[in-house]
Amino acid sequence: MARVVVLGAGIVGAACARELARSGHMVTVLDRGGPAAATTSHGEGNVLVSDKGPGPELELARLSRRLWPEIVAGLPDAGAVEWEPKGGIVVATTGAGAHELGRFAEAQRAAGIVAEPMDAAALAAAEPYVTRDVAAAVHYPEDAQVQPAGAACALLADALRAGAALRTGCEVLSGVVRGGRVTAVRSSSGTFGADVFVNAAGPWSGELARRLGAPIGVRPRRGEVLVTAPMPPTVFHKVYDAGYVGAVGSGAEELQASAVVESTRAGTILLGSSRRRVGFDDRIRPEVLSVIARKALRLFPCLEGVPVMRAYGGFRPYVPDHLPVIGPDPRLTGLWHATGHEGAGIGLSTGTAVLLRDLLHDRKPEVGAEPFRVDRPAVLGEGEDL
Amino acid sequence: MSARLVRREDDAAGRRPDVPIEITVDGVPVAGVAGQTVAGVLLTNGRRAWRRGPSGAPRGVFCGIGVCFDCLVTVNGDRDVRACLRRAADGDEVTTQSRAAEES
Amino acid sequence: MARHVAVVGAGPAGLAAAAAALRAGARVTLVDSAERPGGQYHRMLPDAFAAERPERLHHDWRPFDRIRRHVLGDPHCDWWAESPVWSLERPGPGESRPPRVHVLRGPADGSGRERRVLDADALVLAPGAHDRVLPFPGWDLPGVFTAGAAQALAKGERVVVGDQVVVAGSGPFLLPVAASLLEAGSSVLEVLEANPAATVTRGWARRPWELASHGGKAAELAGYTARLARHRVPYRVGRAVIEARGEGRVEEAVTARLRADWSVVPGTERTVPVDALCVTHGFSPRLELPVAAGCELRDAGFVRVDDDQLTTSPRVYAAGEITGIGGAPAARTEGLLAGWCAAGGASGAPEIRRLHRRRDQARAFAARLAAAHPIGAAWPGWMRPETVVCRCEETSYGALCRAADDQAGGSGHAVKLGTRAGLGPCQARVCGPAVADLLARRGVTAAAPHHRPVAQPIRLGELARPPYEEESAP
Repeated sequence: MARVVVLGAGIVGAACARELARSGHMVTVLDRGGPAAATTSHGEGNVLVSDKGPGPELELARLSRRLWPEIVAGLPDAGAVEWEPKGGIVVATTGAGAHELGRFAEAQRAAGIVAEPMDAAALAAAEPYVTRDVAAAVHYPEDAQVQPAGAACALLADALRAGAALRTGCEVLSGVVRGGRVTAVRSSSGTFGADVFVNAAGPWSGELARRLGAPIGVRPRRGEVLVTAPMPPTVFHKVYDAGYVGAVGSGAEELQASAVVESTRAGTILLGSSRRRVGFDDRIRPEVLSVIARKALRLFPCLEGVPVMRAYGGFRPYVPDHLPVIGPDPRLTGLWHATGHEGAGIGLSTGTAVLLRDLLHDRKPEVGAEPFRVDRPAVLGEGEDL
Repeated sequence: MSARLVRREDDAAGRRPDVPIEITVDGVPVAGVAGQTVAGVLLTNGRRAWRRGPSGAPRGVFCGIGVCFDCLVTVNGDRDVRACLRRAADGDEVTTQSRAAEES
Repeated sequence: MARHVAVVGAGPAGLAAAAAALRAGARVTLVDSAERPGGQYHRMLPDAFAAERPERLHHDWRPFDRIRRHVLGDPHCDWWAESPVWSLERPGPGESRPPRVHVLRGPADGSGRERRVLDADALVLAPGAHDRVLPFPGWDLPGVFTAGAAQALAKGERVVVGDQVVVAGSGPFLLPVAASLLEAGSSVLEVLEANPAATVTRGWARRPWELASHGGKAAELAGYTARLARHRVPYRVGRAVIEARGEGRVEEAVTARLRADWSVVPGTERTVPVDALCVTHGFSPRLELPVAAGCELRDAGFVRVDDDQLTTSPRVYAAGEITGIGGAPAARTEGLLAGWCAAGGASGAPEIRRLHRRRDQARAFAARLAAAHPIGAAWPGWMRPETVVCRCEETSYGALCRAADDQAGGSGHAVKLGTRAGLGPCQARVCGPAVADLLARRGVTAAAPHHRPVAQPIRLGELARPPYEEESAP
């Protein structure tokens, strides 16, 4: 039984708080804003296996994907999660892209992912409005979507039911360190002592760790999403172009964009996505929106006349090696991290929480935690400006 | 009575003789006057509501100046045109719209 | 080279700004989403009506007509009609230009509109305001209009919204709307001002010398009152429409006497058969462009400006209703100052000092207007749990309260995404102030209510094409 302070009430903080509170710990969640107020409410709500190649992140994604429906089924306010196991369809529009996609899907299948090649007729039946100009398509029935803020709040509510406490409007300013152990954090509304501090501050976790005296290499990576006016049903799966995986995996500072198209329950269509490293510059750039529009229209030419009524942007917690950071900080006893999920935090939150719990309890976790350890060059900084 | 156009003879602003136009609304011919907005044509033809909200609730003009998006129609195939802002043109094909699948 | 001033909005403030900027020697681009200048206040009849006596529908037509001809006829003025601004792109850190203005040119909500980009040396924002309507049971029935809608239809295209009309809400705007309806031949059953006589008189009668400078506005209002009297239309204070009823359209209005805080006095309800109901409870400034430009707001939700109408955003000036609801004379004065200063005109000239004085008087008038016609805190008492608050997404009052009261779900963003209030096509322009008010009462701060980086809808095909300038580049 430990006193745990979770720093951050986004989806990862909520999932960790829930898991730890249900394991009997005394959990307090601190957030400088409110629940799900930042990165969590500025994404699309992806729960994906399709965009991850074989490796540790895919294993975490599979665990998370298995946990999601189990957790949702046990929530009294399950409806707020808007769990949609709609499946994903990845489309390649060029011959080279088709070849890449074929190889990628085959490797995923070998790792246990359901990845079903679709012929033109199957694609047209599944997505009547998608471009006919397709070289290859693969169906990933395991891909799902949630309403991310609703999901985070439902997880957090479950944590509160299990005895956790929530303090909002509470910005962490510094840590109280005694003999190499962090014993408390000073915040804008008082000092909070605990045995364990979980840094789940997403793109701000780099800055938060610095304030606690143990900097980590998590930086913001900007993303933008376009939202169309509500439409009659037009897009039925999460549909994205095969270039998406490349954009996710790139570390470039300049704009990376690829089409990700999906509808929401309200009838709007979300069009993503862009990736840029511009610090915390939150300006929405028309030329970035243009690029997203062009890429989306290549997949769904029929959306040409559909109005965009909104655009929003957010910051993903980015680590140069594209793996999350989960585990204890070797430099500062009592500090743990659960961050760095980049654009996959919604999906990976449930598995991350279970992994964190097992590590905290010194149990062998279901998936290997070694690749996510804090003590690795991409996190503790070799060469990159921390 | 519903909405109507001020009769030209009574119009203090002294407008010139009305130039008739005809548009179709869901395929049905509807008469209007050049210069009217699509909303004006619909209102003066006895229509109060032409869109359905998410629950099916009827909607027509509310703000009249392009703010509320209640009066959306499809004009010549373009969805989501604010009827209160769009000047009706002779021959315009207006269709009513909702978010429901069957009317797409 | 002459300074280039971009003016957004061609209502009283924007036209005045353009005129003053031209006078100071600048080159001006004046953009507006409408086909003709005038804004809502001087909403003009369409060209196709070829009206011979448009002045009959307007207060102060002649000065407006003069300035309109003067500005639009000036060779240094580029007039962009039907040109909504869909995005303002803030400069990066260290850049000293004003935001870049992204414009769509073409018929309202058309599909092949041309994208244009304006890079000016200074920007004047004068986008104006629209009606603020508080939700009440039945306000979403067809036949319930904003007062502005009734006036726009009557003045702008000679359409009367009904024959048995009640005009209700709060503020002096009730009067010109009722007058427009009467002029167009409709029968106005009554005009209801929700604030009791004591509030209205206290607001208007205190410091009467401040009103002297607003003789024009007072005379205008007196004219409307006289027209109401001629038509024997009762003007009742301390009474409001608290419900609209009908099958598929409004058929009757329920009115009731209100206390000073707008709570209903039980037993005073009356049912009035109507075929149209026109409501306004004040004005909401259009804040998405100033917010996109990075302008700071002051407490009551208006753009903060300095003595020269300069906002907190470099080279961005603001004029008219977005700095405070003060009506057309105030807007004109602010516009003149903003345009002159944006063009780099000298601020020491005696006429500029006079403008400053007039502007300060206009601000005092605006403050008085707000004091005479406040929104009573007890208005949510009119609603029932099932009353729709967000018209677009049909979010009910009850659902909003439940979401706000959920401890784990209580952030503004989470409430918005969970209830969808404000996420529909109007992007919270209509329900935003009411939602913010209702959430604040439950300790929740509404999520960025004026943050609309896409300020007007743009079709994907239009967005996908590069702007005009880029196309012409080698």
